[in-house]
Amino acid sequence: MIILAAVMMLVGSLFCCIAALGIVRFPDLYTRLHGAAKAGPIGAGLILLGAGVASGEAYTLLRAGLGLLFLVLTTPIAAHLLARAAIKAHAPEPSIVSIDELHNPRDSVPEQKPG
Amino acid sequence: MIELVTDICLMLLGAAIALTLWRLVRGPYLADRVLALDLLTMLGIGVIAVFAVRTATSLYMDIAIALALLGFVATAGFARFLLERRGP
Repeated sequence: MIILAAVMMLVGSLFCCIAALGIVRFPDLYTRLHGAAKAGPIGAGLILLGAGVASGEAYTLLRAGLGLLFLVLTTPIAAHLLARAAIKAHAPEPSIVSIDELHNPRDSVPEQKPG
Repeated sequence: MIELVTDICLMLLGAAIALTLWRLVRGPYLADRVLALDLLTMLGIGVIAVFAVRTATSLYMDIAIALALLGFVATAGFARFLLERRGP
């Protein structure tokens, strides 16, 4: 059981480290969001689950699972809010973004009919 | 063995925090800095969870969950601030 917890915590820490590397190395905000949004549910979530497994109590494991569930629910929403606010606040650089649906209506995907 | 594992985890998380702080200082736009702060909150959750294993105190898990709640609210607030504010 302790081996499983150790592996989970190591993999989670490695994920966090790779996400921070992505924050530094990616070229613009939207690719950086892709890197950082993985660190929450996978990195911190795996460390939380590993800590829950390492404690050996069902109650602590339940709390860790609740934390993981909350991270999975909220991290994509936070990333989406931030990307939308950044697009509204300052337009993305045109050399990087090939499709800009918010500013160019001609690029927008045609609406699909329901049913 | 668990001491060695938590040491390695804390080292990896420390390196991640250093890289994120570099982006926090450097980031060309305010949105980059908000993103770096969001990632710092996630790394803080990881550090607290590793610390809970290291000290064998399960009370720290509650602090990690509270930090997750607070981080989401902070990022949503910063996003609203970015929307209301004009300029880079």
